[in-house]
Amino acid sequence: MIRYTFARLTSLIISLIVASLVIFSVIEVIPGDPASFMLGINAREDTLAALRSEMGLDQPLALRYFDWVIGMLQGDFGNSWTYKTPVSELIADRIWVSLPLAIYALILSTLIAFPAGILAASRRGGVSDVTIMGATQMGVAIPNFWFAMIMVLIFAINLRWFSAGGFPGWSDPIQGLKSLTLPAISLALPQAAILARIMRSSLLDMLSEDFIRTARAKGLTRRQALWRHAVRNALIPVITIIGLQFSFLLAGGIIIEQIFFLPGLGRLIFQAISARDLIVVESVVMLLVFTVIIVNFAVDITYAIVDPRLRRKS
Amino acid sequence: MHKLLLSVTVSTFALIAGGTSAQTDITVAIQLEPPNLDPTGGAAQAIDSVLYSNVFEGLTRFDGDGAVVPGLAKDWDISGDGTVYTFNLNSGVTFHDGTSMDAEDVKFSLDRARSEDSTNAQKGLFAGITDVTVIDPMIIKVTLDQPNGSFLFNMAWGDAVIVAAESIENIASNPIGTGAFEFSDWVQGDRLELVRNDDYWGTPAVLETATFRFISDPTAAFAAVMAEDVDVFVGFPAPENLPQFEADSRFQVLVGNTEGETILSTNNKMPPFDNLLVRKAVAHAIDRQAIIDGAMFGYGTPIGTHFAPHNPDYVDLLANSPYDPVKAKAFLAEAGFPDGFTTTLKLPPPSYARRGGEIIASQLRQIGINAEISNLEWSQWLDEVFKAKDFGLSIVSHTEPMDIGIYANPEYYFQYDNADFQALMVELNATADPAGRTALLAKAQKIISEDYVNGYLFELAVATVAKAGVRGLWVNQPTAAVDLTVVSWAD
Amino acid sequence: MSRGLIIGAFLTLIFALLACVSLLWIPYDIETFQIPNKLKTPNWDNWLGTDHFGRDILSMVMMGARTSIAVALLAVGIGMVIGVPLGLFSAARRGSFLDEFIMRGNDLIFAFPSLVIAILITAVFGPSAVNAIVAIGIFNIPVFARLTRAAALPLWERDFVLSARVCGKSETRISVEHIFPNIMNLMIVQGTIQFSLGILAEASLSYIGLGAQPPTASWGRMLADAQTLVSIAPHVALVPGFAILLMVLGLNLMGDGLRDLFDPRIKNDRT
Repeated sequence: MIRYTFARLTSLIISLIVASLVIFSVIEVIPGDPASFMLGINAREDTLAALRSEMGLDQPLALRYFDWVIGMLQGDFGNSWTYKTPVSELIADRIWVSLPLAIYALILSTLIAFPAGILAASRRGGVSDVTIMGATQMGVAIPNFWFAMIMVLIFAINLRWFSAGGFPGWSDPIQGLKSLTLPAISLALPQAAILARIMRSSLLDMLSEDFIRTARAKGLTRRQALWRHAVRNALIPVITIIGLQFSFLLAGGIIIEQIFFLPGLGRLIFQAISARDLIVVESVVMLLVFTVIIVNFAVDITYAIVDPRLRRKS
Repeated sequence: MHKLLLSVTVSTFALIAGGTSAQTDITVAIQLEPPNLDPTGGAAQAIDSVLYSNVFEGLTRFDGDGAVVPGLAKDWDISGDGTVYTFNLNSGVTFHDGTSMDAEDVKFSLDRARSEDSTNAQKGLFAGITDVTVIDPMIIKVTLDQPNGSFLFNMAWGDAVIVAAESIENIASNPIGTGAFEFSDWVQGDRLELVRNDDYWGTPAVLETATFRFISDPTAAFAAVMAEDVDVFVGFPAPENLPQFEADSRFQVLVGNTEGETILSTNNKMPPFDNLLVRKAVAHAIDRQAIIDGAMFGYGTPIGTHFAPHNPDYVDLLANSPYDPVKAKAFLAEAGFPDGFTTTLKLPPPSYARRGGEIIASQLRQIGINAEISNLEWSQWLDEVFKAKDFGLSIVSHTEPMDIGIYANPEYYFQYDNADFQALMVELNATADPAGRTALLAKAQKIISEDYVNGYLFELAVATVAKAGVRGLWVNQPTAAVDLTVVSWAD
Repeated sequence: MSRGLIIGAFLTLIFALLACVSLLWIPYDIETFQIPNKLKTPNWDNWLGTDHFGRDILSMVMMGARTSIAVALLAVGIGMVIGVPLGLFSAARRGSFLDEFIMRGNDLIFAFPSLVIAILITAVFGPSAVNAIVAIGIFNIPVFARLTRAAALPLWERDFVLSARVCGKSETRISVEHIFPNIMNLMIVQGTIQFSLGILAEASLSYIGLGAQPPTASWGRMLADAQTLVSIAPHVALVPGFAILLMVLGLNLMGDGLRDLFDPRIKNDRT
């Protein structure tokens, strides 16, 4: 176990180093001078040079890379060029929108997917199964930005149940939650559809396993067997998918955040890229990659603890 | 809910007090969020939109029609040779942190803007200043190296506002000015709040609080106004939606002028555009009305030269380049391109450019010119088009007021090099007599129109959508500003 | 053959046909704008109406189908051509350093937020259909590499592979001659699914302006152009949305149908 953990840890660190190199070099070759973006078309050359040296852009590349990495290791993400505030503060502000939004979407999709998947599996081939599977096919196929557009038209403009966008903050939690509802539904819909399908097929797999056959041989009905034994066991692959979806939701909301003008991480990256606020882009992308790598690592270790066979295989 | 509660409280209070029932808060949306709050350190127009005249003031200021009026300077004397300006400052002016505003602050602000390590985006405004001297706390003397007819105009820009040495360090996140509103809070990515400055030296504002919101997506903008999430949207991004607001009694739509000449920028040094006939052909291939209808849904005034049509000195030169594809093809053949050619059309993000570009590409195809569109972000546009001059055609709105002088600079990105025009501009700068200036400006407009330097398309319009009860908004945009100092709600 | 497979194949075929026809003929020239004719609702001349430039929407949808299919197909192609050999190689050398290297590399690609990377790629090279293909293609590589490896691993324990080894065939030959044919079906199913995801990804990218550039028509950009017109001329926003929906739906139904057809385990279970 220690050897396995050590091996995984080594590859984790290598992954992080490679990721940081990739991110830094991709972002550094992006054309577009941040200083001339900030100063506009009437800027004079001496003004631009003054700003570039203020931003540290006149330093050699390698030095800037090491400054960036060492800074991050100490928890210092640097200062945003355009916002002129620490990047860590920007991230901290935005994460209070993106994280709740991702969790909200995840809860919604789980609440829709679990009953739908279980119902479809238990009534396999029946009317509800066919209806639910048809609905999930639609859910997967709808482009979520289009769905969001239509929801705004119906619920914000015509019915006025929700505001069209924006985020009032968490000082009033109900208002905050309400403003995240339409975005969360837009994000949750395709996820719910995928999850429901996985729930169903994973349940059906379980139903053909020996222990279910045994249980049924003992006189349990199909539905009893399903509820008592299959659901719990089917959760393992489903939870893995949920884990994967979560990191997707955290970064995948860019377009949705744009449509609902939410001040989240996705929009921060988007704005930072177009303003060539490279230090913000680098740090936020690195943070997202770091999160996913750490989550994967934790999942692997957990699996290895649960299932010793995995250790030997690797 | 919050707002509902507030208005209920307000009206209850009004019933008891029996006074005015007018609302005293306002939510104003603009498209872009300011990247930081230092108007003296960056070009972002959004900084001025929020802070100009509301939080920061200069020696002079623009009013809603673009005229230069006194600001922190109550009056001034100009020496006979036009090189020394002596400003008398208003007394009793304090910054929002309580420190007083006097001649030392003016000296500090001007010296800072023109210093070597200044990051002022419009450093050119201060270029002629050779000395700033404090005469007494209420009098400041500014000396120029040569007479400059537009010095008072320059001092009205948002980049020339007066700041204090005491509060300069945190100006980017906590701007301290002298205006009728104080900065209160900024939730980055969402909103920025101002509150009334009760110690204001001039006429105090009617509104008690103002909230700015930043909505760049046109769909979101439409939804936010329709759902009444915002009270005012200045610079509404989707002209196609304006008729709906006009038809809705809940809203008023104000359509005004800007200083934005929208042009088909042409690289005058890049073959084949170095050939006058080719530029002439392009000018005749453009159907301005189709562009205004298709890209701006009818909002915009056609122009035939680089000058604002609402300016009294404007000359109508549309007759130089009527839409005539047959003639255009003939000019092209005469220039030696009977089968047309291929060029680039590099477009910045605003929709006038993106939509206008698609239409122009389609119009140019009619005469055989294949303009390959590439959509660029602003930073890429600045790099490729503006700096490296690596483009054939581009579309951009030049929003600086009175900027015909850019044609005298052969290094400017469209690379127009005409000695006659340059001499004309030198003459213009030395001419003070208004009639003489008008004649020279007319001549300048004619030269660039007849040289077909760029394709002259239309003067950009600005649309403000507001709730029906809002009064006192600027209709025109002589400079990027959302001046709330006189805005109020009708009873 | 299931009903889903038939419906799916039918929908896919319609769009493929529209795309093919558009190569030879479309009802109206979409490069010439008829601005006075803008925003017409569906009528006998323009079956699906006209857009804000007066272009015929049916013609736009046909051209858009061509763009979507070409981008998605090429992107999946990149994923398969690079991913499948990597997976086969990994499986052949299972447990080796290179296997570990390839699989960790895959994990790393998965760890990057795909849309952000697509935006970055576009920021470096400028927006174009080619960059959309590359951006979508990169994220298809680990999908096929992982799936191929997972499917190939158990095959290496099977008798027919063992006997091939005894005959002295090289690992490469075994991978090509014995392993690959046995995972082809799986690749076709996954290819269909990835193709549909590719259509969605292309739509998202061109919706935010990163895909094919005008005058090339694309469904995502049609939606982006139409978004402010939803309340004035709903058809302009509804038509491209439904085109994406139906095309993706068709491909997914077809993919699922093929999976059922190919996978004997599920078939046995059904009988």
